[in-house]
Amino acid sequence: MSKKFLSGNEAFAEGIRLARPEVISAYPITPQTIVVEKLSEMVEDGSLKAEYVHVESEHSALSCAIGASAAGARAFTATSSQGLLYMAECLYYAAGGRFPIVMMNADRSTALPWNIYGDQRDSLSQLDSGWIQAYAENAQEALDLALMSYRIAENKAVSTPFMANLDGFILTHTYETVDIPSREQADCFLPPYVTDNRLDLDSPKNMAFSAGPDTNFVFKFREHEGVLAARDVIAETENDFARIFGRQYSGLTENYLTDDADFILITLGSIAGLCRETADKLRREGVKAGVVRIRYMRPFPNEEIAEALENAKGYGVLEKDISFGNEGTVFTNVNSALKKAGINIKGCNFIGGLGGRNISAADIRNAFENIIAGSQKVSFIGIGGDCIG
Amino acid sequence: MKEIIWLGRGGQGAFTAAKLLGAAFTIRDDDRYALAFPSFGPERRGAPVRAYTKLDDAPVNDRSQTEKADVIAVLDDTLFGPELAGLIKENGRLIVNSRSPISGAQTVDAQKIAEEFRLPTVNTVMLGIIAGSTGIVSVDDAAEAIRNYMPAKIQERNINALRKAAEEVSV
Repeated sequence: MSKKFLSGNEAFAEGIRLARPEVISAYPITPQTIVVEKLSEMVEDGSLKAEYVHVESEHSALSCAIGASAAGARAFTATSSQGLLYMAECLYYAAGGRFPIVMMNADRSTALPWNIYGDQRDSLSQLDSGWIQAYAENAQEALDLALMSYRIAENKAVSTPFMANLDGFILTHTYETVDIPSREQADCFLPPYVTDNRLDLDSPKNMAFSAGPDTNFVFKFREHEGVLAARDVIAETENDFARIFGRQYSGLTENYLTDDADFILITLGSIAGLCRETADKLRREGVKAGVVRIRYMRPFPNEEIAEALENAKGYGVLEKDISFGNEGTVFTNVNSALKKAGINIKGCNFIGGLGGRNISAADIRNAFENIIAGSQKVSFIGIGGDCIG
Repeated sequence: MKEIIWLGRGGQGAFTAAKLLGAAFTIRDDDRYALAFPSFGPERRGAPVRAYTKLDDAPVNDRSQTEKADVIAVLDDTLFGPELAGLIKENGRLIVNSRSPISGAQTVDAQKIAEEFRLPTVNTVMLGIIAGSTGIVSVDDAAEAIRNYMPAKIQERNINALRKAAEEVSV
């Protein structure tokens, strides 16, 4: 293990180097570019033996990864924002074909107005594409996700592509200290990819075919089962990871002080740290505050969220997303989890950070104050408004 | 937590200095933590750039932009303005690379030191000035950060400039 001062992008690239992908398809887009740049340097200096393919678009980047995966190779690509949207068609092909590709997405605003800064509207718009979706909070978690992602995606019961999301700039371009596991440890944790789901001249089979109304439905059912199966596989993978690397992750959510919390803020990504700090401050003032950080949006942590909020009096969801004409998509998902569990408490939705706007400590405190006051609004941080339709 | 804001112009290496400071602070000790990030945006030569370094003995959870800094380092005196005073903590320092004195700021002719070591920019000189005058990091750790994170052929000149700058301001 060695310690380095790295950005989120660089840390993720280090994790991918340790995961030994055999094919990398690369098309640059800010703020993801550094990942594929670093990987190209690693391929050039021989520290990563992979076929590095320059492609002409994001659509081709994912198509190339699908082809590589169909040939039985471990494949990697990365994108962001409009690039993710441009490859949207291929996201469904990858998931439906059960190709366990790993893709890093640098979460970034979507046009128009044109903007390169971080928010989560790009990846959250693709929740239904059939991919596992994870959200990192810091550079260490980004590196660790890069390694764990292949173990989870390639598990036979899962066989689902994996999207690892890093908040644009706030994670991708922020430098911090990161432990880089040794090559031996990484190889011990992640065996080579072996699959029957590949083109094989000795055992020819039909792949990526069409299926009519009678069987198509069954394929979609199986696809749903695959993503759900990731729940247990994520837990097993994290336990194995902790055994080898000494860092234990907490599954689909990370719950902070939720056991006895009256008021809980639910969020995802890099803003969670500031939410926890604010909860600490409120605790010192006698307010029982807690935080749930969603680590995986798919499979969705229905049970974990319901359990964390079981005894709470109120909650809020802070997200860098808006589904225009309704509310934030994370809020919709959380509300469904609570409804299914029969939990009926007041909740509100804070839309923040769109187009990269700074979310301050004061903004988070204000969010908690709204939760405590029993707000049921959908409000834009710094603008306000009761936008419930 | 100690927070440092770096002001420079695109091409002056303000963000590199911010990174080197974070790397220097954490280079020996596992119980030290740092974040370094730029004011995010398209990088254009000559345009005003801000960068931030946060240093602490616990993991730094607050990733938002610094509102009150312990030190503001201004690499180009045309970026100085009285409004910067509002960004400094009480007892904080405002250090400006300038040939002429500026009221309310500690000025230092970093350009002169950079020229002495044939450096096109003053970023490692300013790092040396911060190390020498505040002691936030030791000069040796700052030199080690340069050794670890700058290209080999410019390390020596930068380390020499760093040491000279630290000597000039240390009491």
